Amino acid sequence: MAAGLPRLAAAQAAHQAEATTVKRIDVSLNVNGKTQQLNLDTRTMLLDALREHMDLTGSKKGCDHGQCGACTVLIDGRRVNSCLTLAVAVAGAEIVTVEGLAKGDDLSPVQQAFMDHDGFQCGYCTPGQICSATALIEEAGKGQLSQVSWRTGKTTHPEISDDEIRERMSGNICRCGAYPNIVAAVRTALGKGASA
Amino acid sequence: MNPFDYRRAASAEEAIRHIGTHGAKFLGGGTNLIDLMKLDVEQPAMLVDITKLDLAKVVPTTNGGLMIGALVRNSDLANHPQVVERYPLLSQALLSGASPQLRNMATTGGNLLQRTRCYYFNDTAFPACNKRVPGSGCAAIQGFNRIHAILGQSDHGPTSGESCIATNPSDMNVALAALGATVHIQNSKGKHSMPISAFHRLPGSTPQLDTNLQPDELIVAVELSAPLFAKNSSYLKVRDRQSYAFALVSVAAGLEMDGDTIKSAGLALGGVAHKPWRSLEAEQSMAGATPSRQSFEKAADLVLFRAKGYEHNGFKIQLAKQSIVRALTLAARGTNAGVEA
Repeated sequence: MAAGLPRLAAAQAAHQAEATTVKRIDVSLNVNGKTQQLNLDTRTMLLDALREHMDLTGSKKGCDHGQCGACTVLIDGRRVNSCLTLAVAVAGAEIVTVEGLAKGDDLSPVQQAFMDHDGFQCGYCTPGQICSATALIEEAGKGQLSQVSWRTGKTTHPEISDDEIRERMSGNICRCGAYPNIVAAVRTALGKGASA
Repeated sequence: MNPFDYRRAASAEEAIRHIGTHGAKFLGGGTNLIDLMKLDVEQPAMLVDITKLDLAKVVPTTNGGLMIGALVRNSDLANHPQVVERYPLLSQALLSGASPQLRNMATTGGNLLQRTRCYYFNDTAFPACNKRVPGSGCAAIQGFNRIHAILGQSDHGPTSGESCIATNPSDMNVALAALGATVHIQNSKGKHSMPISAFHRLPGSTPQLDTNLQPDELIVAVELSAPLFAKNSSYLKVRDRQSYAFALVSVAAGLEMDGDTIKSAGLALGGVAHKPWRSLEAEQSMAGATPSRQSFEKAADLVLFRAKGYEHNGFKIQLAKQSIVRALTLAARGTNAGVEA
């Protein structure tokens, strides 16, 4: 007993130390066509890797819980919340951020439409809105459905009405309330059959 | 968030080997797990990344059903031609949940394991939550319980170690319950399966357990039997805003019609209980009946006669009754008739 207690204490201390030790890992991220080698704490979210380790501050941290969409990026062509994506889990994937949409000084059609329609006010949610809208156009082109498609009964390659745009952009919150102009921008970009 | 080890598994067997490690958890889409880790509700010592496993296929079965791999993403499943055509109830339910971004990430297996959105479970500042800290009590019973259960809850008072009035937040699970899906599971000894009705649990005396899946087991697939409700189904979700919110009440309704007569029915509710609430009595009451307000109201009463509300969620009982009648009415009208038609 007298000998056992210190050993137990030592084991608990070791367990505690193990539980609080930072675990690091080598990660190779392919962002906007460039590959970068990083050594990251396993806890690093893709959003933080982009912003803090790769100087790509376009993607924004709003809620950090997947509720606001400000962090939206494209992974292998699909829109996702980078704040809920572990950087290590997307090693090897093709990541595109808002910085990767323009070709040099030529804005992407979605970016241009947001400019033309004044689809923002403070601009904080805009990179996420633009990435999201870029994917929306791709999804619409493939005939993908939304709950509005079911509600209207138009489930074969549905036309993207304003109701469809609102539903399909619902994962991106704008606290300024620039929604009418965002819808107009997406409508215009859709009309051009645009994608990034 | 606590530090953790990360392993990327190349096979189901390797994943199951790693999950034996103390404190290990599987990482799929991560939309719920990572969020809960940020809140310190989940504190895994290791994440076993299973996203590279070969479990992302949707394959027809020999008996006319569908085998859905556990890693099929929610958006892919909702848009799969076989699902849109033959299991519209599932497509509707999936597209009613979360946002496009989250649906692109979330997996079929992960959605089955989605944890409750009870405020007291998700906030470690509250000491009492039997689901998070077994034996600590239930803060929701005397707290703000607008989103909580009205059916099948465990209520022995706020200080009891058995009390829990949390709800399962998933939409997909409600549709799978109405469709009578089967969950396929693998562990170190082999494979087994269970009906979805046996997969999710009521809180009983162990509210910390959401499901009957063991900690060292991997969900590999969800199987649907040959479709009965393709022509007449409806998923109705009632919530505080039109999109991107959890259900206060949701109803998955399917009718198998024989002319003007209901041959069989599938009926399950979301947002009202610790598990998707399927009522066999209500389903059976409709068999042989003609679709009518009367037969649907009778079914709704059979679902809800034991319901019990709390200070802030008493409205759910009436809301659920009316939602059942409406979902069944829409189902009878036809899957693609459109709500606004």
